Amino acid sequence: MRVVLAEDLALLRDGLTRLLEAFEFQVVASVDNGPSLLPALLEHKPDVAVVDVRLPPTFTDEGLQAAIAARQRVPGLPVLVLSQHVEPLYARELLTDRAGGVGYLLKDRVANVAQFVDAVRRVAGGGTAMDPEVVSQLLARHQPPLAALTGREREVLGLMAEGRSNGAIATKLFIGEKAVSKHISSIFTKLGLPPSDDDHRRVLAVLAYLDV
Amino acid sequence: MDSRDWIRDGVRAVAGGLLAVPLAVVNLPLFLFFVVGLVLTPVFGIGLLVLPLVTLLIRARADAARRLAAGRGVAISRPYRPRPEKAVFGGVGYYRWLITDPATWRDFAWLVPGTVIGLVLAVFTLALPVYGAEGILLIPLWIWLGTDSYGYGMIWPIETLGEGFLSLPQGALILAIGIAAAPYLRRADALFNRLFLAPTRAAELRLRVSQLTVTRADTVDAQAAELRRIERDLHDGAQARLVALGMTIGLAEEIVDADPATARKLLAEARETSSAALVELRHLVRGIHPPVLAERGLEGAVRALAMALPTPTEVTASLPGRLDTPVESAAYFAVAEALANAARHGGARNTAVDLWHTGDSLFMRISDDGRGGADPSGGTGLRGIERRLAAFDGTMSLSSPPGGPTVVTMELPCALSSPKTSPSSGTG
Repeated sequence: MRVVLAEDLALLRDGLTRLLEAFEFQVVASVDNGPSLLPALLEHKPDVAVVDVRLPPTFTDEGLQAAIAARQRVPGLPVLVLSQHVEPLYARELLTDRAGGVGYLLKDRVANVAQFVDAVRRVAGGGTAMDPEVVSQLLARHQPPLAALTGREREVLGLMAEGRSNGAIATKLFIGEKAVSKHISSIFTKLGLPPSDDDHRRVLAVLAYLDV
Repeated sequence: MDSRDWIRDGVRAVAGGLLAVPLAVVNLPLFLFFVVGLVLTPVFGIGLLVLPLVTLLIRARADAARRLAAGRGVAISRPYRPRPEKAVFGGVGYYRWLITDPATWRDFAWLVPGTVIGLVLAVFTLALPVYGAEGILLIPLWIWLGTDSYGYGMIWPIETLGEGFLSLPQGALILAIGIAAAPYLRRADALFNRLFLAPTRAAELRLRVSQLTVTRADTVDAQAAELRRIERDLHDGAQARLVALGMTIGLAEEIVDADPATARKLLAEARETSSAALVELRHLVRGIHPPVLAERGLEGAVRALAMALPTPTEVTASLPGRLDTPVESAAYFAVAEALANAARHGGARNTAVDLWHTGDSLFMRISDDGRGGADPSGGTGLRGIERRLAAFDGTMSLSSPPGGPTVVTMELPCALSSPKTSPSSGTG
């Protein structure tokens, strides 16, 4: 799979390149500043882009802006955005086009290599990878409507909002996939969401419900 | 201004003119007593009592004039020096404090011209409305009763009943002119009083210096406390974790050949420690200067903040540019504190934040529909906001009647820098 990487710190850029290449990704371009990111994305049209939010020259949010701009020109271009901090506000901006193929993770998550690589693959496949910290902020905000859910259902909802598949949720919670499906259909009934068999679409529905 | 406001303002100004007469007259005995007190000082020392007493009365009179001027939109601040701590009424120190303050002498110099101008303007303020009212009320009545050799306005003398009733529209016109003119006359009086009663440039600067001394001390204290907190957090948190991290990795290095399984376990532990250190650093950074504030400015940061609040919070903002970093930070934390207060004490179901900028000031208004009754002197939260804002000459006002709603309005004098250059334009 072909990757475009944007990260200004050389140490992290090299580390990420090494990590991705160890898992059979091919880094076709790596940039260290905002202005050259958008052209690189449009030129290479990678299978997935891994982008740091804060890049030179202004060190504000040009990574995010370039990612959003690229997705406007190439709808659904898979982008995984990394940051030292996460804001539900930025997640909302990334998800507005409802096209899928979006990831938004804390940089810390790179340390858990297996999970990080899984997230990159998921995003490349049109799925979603939302940081647990974003998800927990969203769930905290929607306390009253979510009170109807059982504790287990809330756990399942949280993992779904992170973008995980049924299989992944089952493994994580040490339960069967069937049980997961049952929880999910119960959640969708309680929240009044339209049922769907497609993992990605279900995730987007949940995120939309959480008002991202 | 619609006509109701216009009439209300005019009537209030006429009433002010009425009040100005006795006030102007009071000046004269004050003037005499002051002279007497001055003369008596070397004689029996009675002046040590009389003069301070009269001076305080004069100051009360001058304060009344300042308040009336403020009602006419002419702000006059008090110019007096603060009383020395040791000075007590009747003592030499107290006497010296009053007698050496130039403002005392300026008040004294104001008494006589203040009376003259005050009376003249009061007469002007009252004459037209009174004459107009006379035209409306009295003349038709007198004509009816058969009084001769009297006239009104343009008709003199009045000879027929019809002519008599003509004084009614004339009276109405004159009354209207009088009411329209009254606010301007009152304002003229206020402007004249300001010449004497406002602080001189030197006194103004002295007041400003003492105010700056207080806010600077507050700011320095707050900053020192903040730095101490950060130092402690780093020392007990991230720093300690990094030490532990180094130890764990070192240990794993030692035993990796002899016991790879344990070494692996140690490395996993090291990874967890590193992510805990990152979490702590992230919280710390957020408290020092939230990254989203650096990235998006005040408006974006407040929107991000609102998204993370449990109560629905509507943000409306019209800020065409960025603020200076220190001001932006103070404004952000003031809004955050006010929102936290609303959530903590107010029992609010909805909150709203409004941000706008006039030519030279940023305004922030936080309102909630909670139960109200917030006490500005009570909460440390509100005190903290005031202190934060004071460093930039900002002010806060609170309206929180029991039962709500609570509205906190903050004003921060500052300029906006160039319209959004850095953020959200890097997309090319």
